Amino acid sequence: MAAASDDGIAGAKSGLSLVTNVTVLLLVILWLIPTVGLLVSSFRDRDAIGGSGWWRAFTATSQNVAISTEGEFTQTPDGWTLTGNVFGPDGSGEVSAFGGRRSEPNAFAPGETGELVRGRTLTIEADGDFVYVDPDAEEPSRNPTLYVATEVPPTFGTGNYETILFSNGMDRAFINTLTVTIPATIIPILVAAFAAYALAWMDFPFRGTIIAIIVGLLVVPLQLALVPMLKFHNTIGIGQSFYGIWFAHTGFGLPLAIYLLRNYMVGLPRDIIESAKVDGATDFQVFTRIVLPLSFPALASFAIFQFLWTWNDLLIAKVFLPSSAESWVMTVKIADDLLGSRGGDWGILAAAAFVSIAVPLLVFFTMQRYLVRGLLAGSVK
Amino acid sequence: MSPLFQGVLTVVIGVGGCIGYFWTSNLVLDKVLFPPRGPNAGRNINRANAIRPWLFLLPAMLALALYLVYPVFGSFWRSLFNRAGTDFVGAGNYVALMGDGEFRGALFNNFLWVLFVPAAATFLGLLVAQLTDRLKWGNIAKSLIFMPMAISFVGASLIWKFVYAVDPDIGIINAIRDTFGMAPVDPLQVGFWNNFFLMVILVWVQTGFAMVILSAALRGIPEETIEAAIIDGASPLQIFFRIKIPQIMGTIVVVWTTITILVLKVFDIVYAMTGGNFGTQILPSYMMEYMFRDDGRATAVAFVIMIIVLPVMVWNIVQANKEVR
Repeated sequence: MAAASDDGIAGAKSGLSLVTNVTVLLLVILWLIPTVGLLVSSFRDRDAIGGSGWWRAFTATSQNVAISTEGEFTQTPDGWTLTGNVFGPDGSGEVSAFGGRRSEPNAFAPGETGELVRGRTLTIEADGDFVYVDPDAEEPSRNPTLYVATEVPPTFGTGNYETILFSNGMDRAFINTLTVTIPATIIPILVAAFAAYALAWMDFPFRGTIIAIIVGLLVVPLQLALVPMLKFHNTIGIGQSFYGIWFAHTGFGLPLAIYLLRNYMVGLPRDIIESAKVDGATDFQVFTRIVLPLSFPALASFAIFQFLWTWNDLLIAKVFLPSSAESWVMTVKIADDLLGSRGGDWGILAAAAFVSIAVPLLVFFTMQRYLVRGLLAGSVK
Repeated sequence: MSPLFQGVLTVVIGVGGCIGYFWTSNLVLDKVLFPPRGPNAGRNINRANAIRPWLFLLPAMLALALYLVYPVFGSFWRSLFNRAGTDFVGAGNYVALMGDGEFRGALFNNFLWVLFVPAAATFLGLLVAQLTDRLKWGNIAKSLIFMPMAISFVGASLIWKFVYAVDPDIGIINAIRDTFGMAPVDPLQVGFWNNFFLMVILVWVQTGFAMVILSAALRGIPEETIEAAIIDGASPLQIFFRIKIPQIMGTIVVVWTTITILVLKVFDIVYAMTGGNFGTQILPSYMMEYMFRDDGRATAVAFVIMIIVLPVMVWNIVQANKEVR
């Protein structure tokens, strides 16, 4: 019985469990492919991206090159002979095929002696050593060009990241995003915490109505606020500025903050709060000394939400920040600038995307516990 | 002054101001207005306790009223005026919207999004939640499928632009077509279906959300109900559909409606992927086309979105009221 209840759907049959494992593995791979593709591409240069798909980035790719030989011909019994290495005196590599004409770089396998036009012969070893023999009586007037297919080892570099960060304004956009995010995450927490405490532990008329209104405000489309609030910001003189976007994010983040924090605070043990009150603590003291420290997990959940939301936001940044390049945040920079001007430059785009998602991913993987807890408090209850 | 420094200063002033406000207002209430001393001590304590909740609520209520309640009315009022906001045109903007083929297209596409995205994300989330439930590496798998939640919609769009790229050496879709000898296509320009290729991006992001919540709901099902079903000889599929699903139905509805609301608000994906071209316009991106150009038209579109969201809003409020009582 214990074995059967071990897995409700599979009945603990190993065959089914294998199917489960394989299905989940496939789903995970499917989910990761797009991100991995972009990550790999962000470390490849433009030629490599255009030359082969990222899924072949880790294997050597075949490349056809034309090599102008150097050096002097020497007279041998077979004719005028030129020897050397196609990779130069210091280079190395591997020849997979060679030919005597541009149109046939794969005519001969390495080590073969290839018959070229007018009785000339060419031998190229896999390591690049070649012997070129011209049976003519006259010394050849110019050196021949050899056509070789070589295996190019995979190359990765951080060139895209250097380009995007140091010459493309992405560093500025990164700072701007950070500038928007920090106040927009911290300020709503405090405002919401006091309100949530009042809604959870204080008794007053219309409490239920206010909670209902806040639940309703959770789903109000932000699109409604854009035109009236921008007009309001212009009227009070802050216009399109960082102040405007901080206020806007604070206002828009409050319903979720109050809702999450109230749900959490309501669940705190009644005894602690009441015994503190009996001992003469005021509501202000109960809140700052007891409820606030105990609510840390809920505060952390909301902080992560608000952080991810403000960091990733495009809509509010487009409307409430000036549209000039020096106040672009990263999402605006990518969507309005890079996708247009660098549309075909995938390496640059990929690097920009990873610069912008690196911090959220870091926060996500280190604080996933709180994020999940916040999601559950906001939805399951 | 560098904006970052300005930001830090704002945090200090904002946090300090908040603490200062709450602390001072409480002090004034207790020490100056209604001190719990003297002949009226009892009455004063009661009065102070009646006022205190409103002190705690005031900043939040002001911000909510200004940034979320007022705009509902402000936007509606603005939508009754012409482009410059000088002439009252009544329902003129709404009539103009109805006559605009692009708006009707956006409405239809939005309808497709609302049908497809919540259904697909909830179904996949439930599938993953159930499959990973008793898996040893289930938590790692869930974490990886949850990951796109941390990525911005712009980032996600870029990631998928890469997948959809026409060049078979870049886009994996066309690379697969290439190995079967098919000519490359641009998925974003395939009429009608391109909408679904855009929806896939949001499904990719939101499946993790559905999975996390449904996974917790599945864990919350009492073991006895499942054990009883096994003793009665129920097959695994019967257990899943007859025992588990009915018990988490409430959560499924919550997940479904949450994603539905999100779908009605997300403009980033369409904006970054196609800019609303090739017949992929949806209401939020259509609105942004008029934002800054014709505020009357833009607010009218925003209000249409609000009307579509309204039933969900009412349902949410009813649910919340049941809980509070």
